[in-house]
Amino acid sequence: MIALDDIDRGLLRAMALDAEQSAGALGRKFGLSQPATWRRIRRLEEAGILAGRKLELDREALGFGVTVFLGVKLATKGRVSLEDFERAVTAIPEVQTVEHVLGLYDYRLRIVARDLPDFERILRRRIMTLPGAGAVEANVLLSEERLPGPL
Amino acid sequence: MLDDLDRRILRRLQADPGMPMAALADAVGSTATVCSRRLARLRDQGIVRGTRARIDWAALGYAVEVSLRITLDKTNPRAFDDFIEAARQVPQVIEIQTFLGRVDVRLSVIARDMGDYQKVYRERILHLPHIADIEALMHVARIKADEVLPV
Repeated sequence: MIALDDIDRGLLRAMALDAEQSAGALGRKFGLSQPATWRRIRRLEEAGILAGRKLELDREALGFGVTVFLGVKLATKGRVSLEDFERAVTAIPEVQTVEHVLGLYDYRLRIVARDLPDFERILRRRIMTLPGAGAVEANVLLSEERLPGPL
Repeated sequence: MLDDLDRRILRRLQADPGMPMAALADAVGSTATVCSRRLARLRDQGIVRGTRARIDWAALGYAVEVSLRITLDKTNPRAFDDFIEAARQVPQVIEIQTFLGRVDVRLSVIARDMGDYQKVYRERILHLPHIADIEALMHVARIKADEVLPV
């Protein structure tokens, strides 16, 4: 693991909010030259800390009015293959994230849908038919915020 | 409304937000001029909000991630506001979501190891106001994380 100084942490915080700033513009905020900023960014990328970029879209403007988090329990643990479930669930376009968790549920899914009837369709036709899918619990997302974290 | 070209642009950019305009134009079968104009319009319309860098907390030494599903004491009308305001002050909280369902609020909490997690949980989380119940899901693996919208 590489050591970070305050400037590295500042760069990470700034890029987590807006990754479209040029190395020159970013550098000016921290009193760095453009090449020096560029080298720091490269180093953070090579260490795997800066793990890519994400395009932020307005879900509702694109017609996705509903985001639901689904806790899924596998029905017959041990007999169904986790790989089969994971492969099938990952292939569903409306499923945005799949996390394998320990606790009340085995998997946590983030699903986008146009509206609640559309969500019901996805749930019935795509989720409940997954190999090994058992009990599910749905929670409709009302708001979310991402925080800078311990930087 | 979006046409096919807009959708192709959004699909490509979701996969690779840093894509140079010429490569994007090639990929969607158009010209760089048309693509920049389309992209500018998608930004003006607020559909494209920007780009954020993803930070890999595990690469920064935060090996533990826990999803805390919290039920609040709703007899207090300020339960949500007070709780969220206080949760924002905990540096290890990287995400706050509110829900309609069995769970009221979910926090994503990261920690360096289980000892560190126990410390954050006891010293910070359990002191947050208006908690009626907490359930923890321990994060094992991220199977799909791109959060791509099926446009």
